Amino acid sequence: MTTQTQAAMRELTIRDALNEALAEELERDPNVFLMGEEVGDYDGAYKVSRGLMDRFGAKRVIDTPIAEGGFAGVGIGAAMLGLRPVIEMMTFNFALQAIDQIVNNAAKMRLMSAGEYNVPIVIRGPNGPAHMLSAQHSQAMESLYAHWPGLVVVTFSNAADAKGLLKSAIRHNDPVIFLESEYNYGDKGMVPEGEYTIPLGVGDIKRPARTSPSSLGRRW
Amino acid sequence: MTSAVETPMKNSHDDAGSRAAGSDGGRLALPRLKKMLREMLLIRRVEERSAQLYQQRKIAGFLHLYIGQEAIAVGANEALRPTDHIITTYRDHAFALVRGISAAAVLGEMMGREIGCAKGRGGSMHMFNKAQNFHGGHGIIGAHCPLGAGFAFASKYQGKKDVTVCLLGDGAVPNGAFHEACNLAGVWSLPIVFIIENNEYAMGTPLHKTNAVLDMTLRAQGYNMKGILVEDGSDTQAVFDAISDAAATARDFKPVLMEIRTNRFRGHSMSDPAKYRTKEQLEELKKSKDPISRLFTRLLEEGAMDDDDFKAMDEEVKAEVDAAAAEAEASPQPDPSTVGDYVYSDPVIPGKGRR
Repeated sequence: MTTQTQAAMRELTIRDALNEALAEELERDPNVFLMGEEVGDYDGAYKVSRGLMDRFGAKRVIDTPIAEGGFAGVGIGAAMLGLRPVIEMMTFNFALQAIDQIVNNAAKMRLMSAGEYNVPIVIRGPNGPAHMLSAQHSQAMESLYAHWPGLVVVTFSNAADAKGLLKSAIRHNDPVIFLESEYNYGDKGMVPEGEYTIPLGVGDIKRPARTSPSSLGRRW
Repeated sequence: MTSAVETPMKNSHDDAGSRAAGSDGGRLALPRLKKMLREMLLIRRVEERSAQLYQQRKIAGFLHLYIGQEAIAVGANEALRPTDHIITTYRDHAFALVRGISAAAVLGEMMGREIGCAKGRGGSMHMFNKAQNFHGGHGIIGAHCPLGAGFAFASKYQGKKDVTVCLLGDGAVPNGAFHEACNLAGVWSLPIVFIIENNEYAMGTPLHKTNAVLDMTLRAQGYNMKGILVEDGSDTQAVFDAISDAAATARDFKPVLMEIRTNRFRGHSMSDPAKYRTKEQLEELKKSKDPISRLFTRLLEEGAMDDDDFKAMDEEVKAEVDAAAAEAEASPQPDPSTVGDYVYSDPVIPGKGRR
């Protein structure tokens, strides 16, 4: 934790910490909306969006057809006009269907227009392997996204970081690829009460290495 | 109903889901038509100049000209409100001009100069004027259609009554991104008009090799959209009337799929000699389907202009384009040290946080 010192703590799963981050940002900014497959009526394929449709309504929490390229592109277009979409990919394996939208549209629009457009979008969802899902559902994508200029890539290792980083990602003015670990949604950790964010791009040294410096828990 | 076009396309049109639009709408006032004629002339002369500059190697990259299709850009802009959004393909110079980008900024962008509307970062295919709701200028076929749906989504989300017009070519119709965008527009009742500018060639591949259904408005039914066909896209009045109808429909949250049949008189790009049609075919098209000479003929017949007026207008436009080209050429190329300036709005430096 870099921005909190003496906050009261309580134990949350990563899933619920992410849910709190989404709820707080939906509450704070009417331009934020959540869009993706099963995020609304079904309460989220991994229950990250549990209760959000009941609380914020179908205008802010939007179920989509299974058409990742289409709804990612809708999010990017909406972001070009100043909205702050959070696009949930049911898993990042399926985001490959939207990779053209992410790489050619989200990442490059600012450059090609010499800064006329920002694309303040978050594309988030589970990444990496899970249990016995074979090859199409088990890919870890962070290194791919990190190689495309224009994208900000964020991941985390614990519930407190998950919440603070997602809130920062939603407020960030460039497209953020926010990678959650499918295996670790149920991991519990201590999370501060109240409002906090964690700045992107600042390493949190969880345990100094004896040989080379390493920054665990966050990438950009 | 506009006049029938000689075309190899089979028209299996069913009036249930769509209709042909034409000159049954209100007639445009003559001063407005003269203004539109001048806009088309400006587009034509800018395109001709850009072809010259390309041949002189002052423009590099790809260059796709709009010559022959001018009535669509001008008719669309005239039918829309300034607050309505326009997004199109890489064949974008005409839309840049009608949406307020100066000829110097258009030519300068193609030449990679500072004066360019994107300071030379976008080039011919990526022109933008966000202040006047022209959102590009996109180079991946079909991939801009979901962005267009996103603009329409944003308008509806924000409670605005703005319409988005998303243009694409017949070559983009088989692409999946277009269909996903159409389906989302139908599911969410988005205020959007997709306009297919059907010039019958996907680069150099003819329509019947690329599209299973040649009457593109038939696809509207599959997405709960209204279909509107304009058989003669060189008829400025018909284009204006049909897009006016379409925009009114979309403003009531009923998305529209339009097909406007048109002709590009040049190849797909400067590197395309267009061997897929004969010289005679092209000459015939230029005689019968040139939107500029057709509109001038109408103004002539209605007594609003004569040959001398047209010549004077053309000379004025040519002088404007000469001056714009000179201004663009005099503008410097961007400083190489600025190459990374627009990659991030908020750069995050590893280990150091924000710059």
